[in-house]
Amino acid sequence: MNFKLKKNAKILVFSTEKISDPAIDMAGLLKLHYPPTVYTITIPCSSGIKPAWILHAYEKGFDGVFIAADGTDCIFGESCTEKTGKVVSMTHELMKSKEIDTARLRMAALCSVCSEAFVKHIRSFNEYLLKTLHSDS
Amino acid sequence: MKNRIGVYICHCGGNISDYVDVEKVRQAVEHEEGVVLSKTSMFACSDSNQNEMVNDIKEFGLDGVIVASCSPKLHLTTFRNVTERGDLNKYTYVHANIREQGSWAHSDDTDGATEKAIHLVKAAIAKSRYAEPLYTNQFEAEKTIAVIGGGIAGLKAAISLSDKKSTVILIEKNDKIGGHTAEWGDLFMSDEKGNELINRIYSDLAQRENVTILTGAEVASSKGSIGNFTLKIRKRPNNESDPMEIMEVNVGSVVVATGFDHYVPQKGEFDYMINDNIITLPEFKQLVDKSTGNRLVYKGKEINNIAYIYCVGSRQEDGENTYCSRFCCTSVIHTAIVAKKKFKNINNIHLNRGIRTYGKQELLYSESLELGDIYLQFDYNNPPQIATEGKKTVVTVKDILSAGKELTLETDLIVLVTGMVPRADQSIGTMFKLPKGRDKFFNEIHMKLRPVETVIDGITIAGACQGPKNISESVNSALSAATKSYSYISKGTLETEPIVAEINQDLCVWCGKCQEACPFDAIEKQEVNGKPIAIVNTSVCKGCGMCAPICPEDAINLIGYTSEEIMSMIDVLA
Repeated sequence: MNFKLKKNAKILVFSTEKISDPAIDMAGLLKLHYPPTVYTITIPCSSGIKPAWILHAYEKGFDGVFIAADGTDCIFGESCTEKTGKVVSMTHELMKSKEIDTARLRMAALCSVCSEAFVKHIRSFNEYLLKTLHSDS
Repeated sequence: MKNRIGVYICHCGGNISDYVDVEKVRQAVEHEEGVVLSKTSMFACSDSNQNEMVNDIKEFGLDGVIVASCSPKLHLTTFRNVTERGDLNKYTYVHANIREQGSWAHSDDTDGATEKAIHLVKAAIAKSRYAEPLYTNQFEAEKTIAVIGGGIAGLKAAISLSDKKSTVILIEKNDKIGGHTAEWGDLFMSDEKGNELINRIYSDLAQRENVTILTGAEVASSKGSIGNFTLKIRKRPNNESDPMEIMEVNVGSVVVATGFDHYVPQKGEFDYMINDNIITLPEFKQLVDKSTGNRLVYKGKEINNIAYIYCVGSRQEDGENTYCSRFCCTSVIHTAIVAKKKFKNINNIHLNRGIRTYGKQELLYSESLELGDIYLQFDYNNPPQIATEGKKTVVTVKDILSAGKELTLETDLIVLVTGMVPRADQSIGTMFKLPKGRDKFFNEIHMKLRPVETVIDGITIAGACQGPKNISESVNSALSAATKSYSYISKGTLETEPIVAEINQDLCVWCGKCQEACPFDAIEKQEVNGKPIAIVNTSVCKGCGMCAPICPEDAINLIGYTSEEIMSMIDVLA
């Protein structure tokens, strides 16, 4: 696939209503800047993300997908961590079959106050995606 | 599919429109498929705009409504209610967050912020096209409310809840209740001392049958969510040799009133802990309160000339505490007046950075001036210098109100007017995952519109755990938090979102994987038309969606988060 040179990578974030989305909101409140090409779709729980959605994002032109997972704070129970991990594994298999770099999917558990962690993850992911997909070197 | 959608884009004063070109956003979406109305509004949440929206829904026959404004945590409910007032099902409303995740997050890139806002609104339109009417489920809520913290805020919250006939559990970590208020002697605006005030409130509270007071007790863990929290409490035994008492209580909501710590200057900060004649405001208040006789004596020496250095640990331009601690100007002026009236030959010199005795507290400032107190104002970058000359402590200050004239003052005592800092023990905040602001105090959802609610449903904050407050401000916030906490559970039932899993019966071939994945046992195997399929018990389903990704036939969707909706949003965001 050909990728144009870009200033910022296009990243789709799946956040969760009660846990990670408040952290992303607070990043804005605290004016912790991250690229404006980062878009969030909010869902109830990270373990409910379908691999097909992630693949669809790549097909449509997203450079990366970031799952802002609930981790052990999930209001639906502790099994969320394991199940979100399984979603990532299933997606990785599908990505491999389509020869998509599996590192273009990242996941991190973010609590409701992890604003700085979110911005740090996103900046680092953005750098990786720019380097691997949009570098002219 | 919706084809009469109304879109409203909010300026939020300038919070959004200072960084996002809202008119450009409106123009970019006005011709989107299904959009029949697009407007901008200075404040979408204002009564006038809400009424306009209700009229628009009826006049234009809207079947979907979108507001692009602040976080849905703040106004999703507001606009769902507006939609209902327009006789539309409230779940046909879709919210786009272009403030916290738009204008504020990208205030460094206005073009980028505008472009992002356009995409976010288009994604909301895409979702709105599929948003179907939904109906809420109800569940029983615990009617007991926990108040954590037995200072003035916690006590008043407990009384307020008790008055509302709610069962209250007041949990205080220390062996005695009263918090910092119990430390104080004379209080401003009344002749009542701090400990007298606390004793009066406690006497009232202790007689109430619907209030349980646990002192020496800490909340060790919390499980559950609004309506049904289970708190594990560790209580120190009366007899030290006895084991720690562990109890579990079920509560519907929680008021957090854990208070503040005094700022303690570092060793050497304004010569603190180096020069014996330098103490903090809380130490000075104790000295004045506890001293008897007609002369003020400290460490065997009579005190006559007292210099007060303001804003120590507050309003730091190059430190962590950039905020004003609000109470300290009033507190120190009040204490200085008390000292002057109680003891002979007291001269008060206030070295300040501007006096902030707002509201009725200004009366104290006037009284202090009438009593002859001297006020000199210094600049943050040119603070008073302290020197020890023999047994004397000398302060040199440049008074910016006298054209920077340098004055040297010989003092008997220097009082560092220290403010409030967040509790060092953050265990309660960590346990409930309460967001903190830039000042590190707990953060409310909105300082004006939802000032005691947190993003954690069912948890309110009261008093100085939220930020510096004086006693009356703490009580105001406590009464507000109590009322809000009570309102969550007052009906005895709570509504749950009607977001549940839905099985496509044609696609389902019953493999049982969804049943294994469901943490709530909400999925059962049933035979329908001679075919075994999965059936969702909607009264048990919590809407997590854990069953959806593992279905090999892709037969499961979460209502409100179907593949159609999510993928259509991805299409326009990409």
